[in-house]
Amino acid sequence: MSQLAKQPKLRLATVWLAGCSGCHMSFLDLDEWLIELAPRIEMVFSPIASDTKTYPEDVDVALVEGGVGNSDNLALIHQVRQRTRLLVSFGDCAITANVPGLRNPLAGPAAVLDRSYLELADGSAQWPHAPGLVPELLERVLPVHELVPVDLFLPGCPPPAERIRAVLDALLRGEQPLMEGPEMIRFG
Amino acid sequence: MSVRTLRIDGRDVASADGATVLEAARDAGVAIPTLCHLEGLSPVAACRLCLVEIEGSGKLQPACITPVSEGLVVHTATPRLREIRRTVIELLFTEGNHVCAVCVANGHCELQDRAVEVGMDHARLPYRFPDRPVDLSHPRFGLDHNRCILCSRCVRVCDEVEGAHVWDVAWRGEHCRIIAGLDQPWGTVDACTDCGKCVMVCPTGALFHKGDSEGEKHEDPSRLAALQRARHSRQEAP
Repeated sequence: MSQLAKQPKLRLATVWLAGCSGCHMSFLDLDEWLIELAPRIEMVFSPIASDTKTYPEDVDVALVEGGVGNSDNLALIHQVRQRTRLLVSFGDCAITANVPGLRNPLAGPAAVLDRSYLELADGSAQWPHAPGLVPELLERVLPVHELVPVDLFLPGCPPPAERIRAVLDALLRGEQPLMEGPEMIRFG
Repeated sequence: MSVRTLRIDGRDVASADGATVLEAARDAGVAIPTLCHLEGLSPVAACRLCLVEIEGSGKLQPACITPVSEGLVVHTATPRLREIRRTVIELLFTEGNHVCAVCVANGHCELQDRAVEVGMDHARLPYRFPDRPVDLSHPRFGLDHNRCILCSRCVRVCDEVEGAHVWDVAWRGEHCRIIAGLDQPWGTVDACTDCGKCVMVCPTGALFHKGDSEGEKHEDPSRLAALQRARHSRQEAP
């Protein structure tokens, strides 16, 4: 234990782009293993475990949930790539665009907003309009690796907690996780 | 029946004349991945997943339609073939809209299984996100073109086993798709007997029972071979 305590803690971040937060919920499904994890990491940025609003420098590992769907996602993913040693595409939305990408066959943001806020509206049909507050939709929701280099792919919708644990366990030991077989790389 | 001897991945294999390389390999316990192939239907070599290397031939050959011959030397799992198979699967995923998480066949999909087998943890090709329709005009079944990989199993089973020939493959390139009748809504095709064999043999969630939700399509395409055997033995009986 004393040896472990001397090791520098892994600086871990989790990032939430265009996704449902299900991957983060699956992370919480690690249950009591989170207690084992806690002393071995420093959670430097996370929507579920940190109040920091600015993505910090010098991050060891970032789990990125979600595709890149709006201007905020786009700015953040470039910052994450720049400041992170190992970027993990965390879940099917980050890897394939998945459910957020269902809007992609529609012809761009205007068609998406028309469909969502006008055609399917019950009463007060109007586009959301709050410049500077609500980020602009990008033309398409894109997988993370189509925009920045990704170091590791962790598929699943969501990735089961056991799969997340296998990856984090390997990374904490300084090893490359073995991503093969249905337990590790099945989509869906 | 004469026998042909060949070598598959360094193993001597004896096979009946007229058998395919795929049949010979499977009899010898050598697994070659397939998608469009289904026992009970004629092989068409549409998916290219079963490509193998044959010594002396510069071209790769689809194992499902290549007949065995004396002295053939076959390699089924070289690095080059592994790379091609993964690329074939990536092409299928990026060409359509396969959203496993919300698909009726999630967990029971041959495309999903093949992706695991070829080691696809992401697609190295860009996704196309094509705009494709869904045909819900049939009272019992649906056809989601987003999930169709054009294996043509539905076309073959309807023609060869049911004898109705409702389905065809129309158009070319990115516009290539399955059509019912004379490219009309499925529900308006009188030839359809509502038998559901096309749904049974579909390897993905493209053809499905209405009312099935995510992960609820549990078909067993191997039932077709059992049906064929049963019919055959009945015809043989006096």
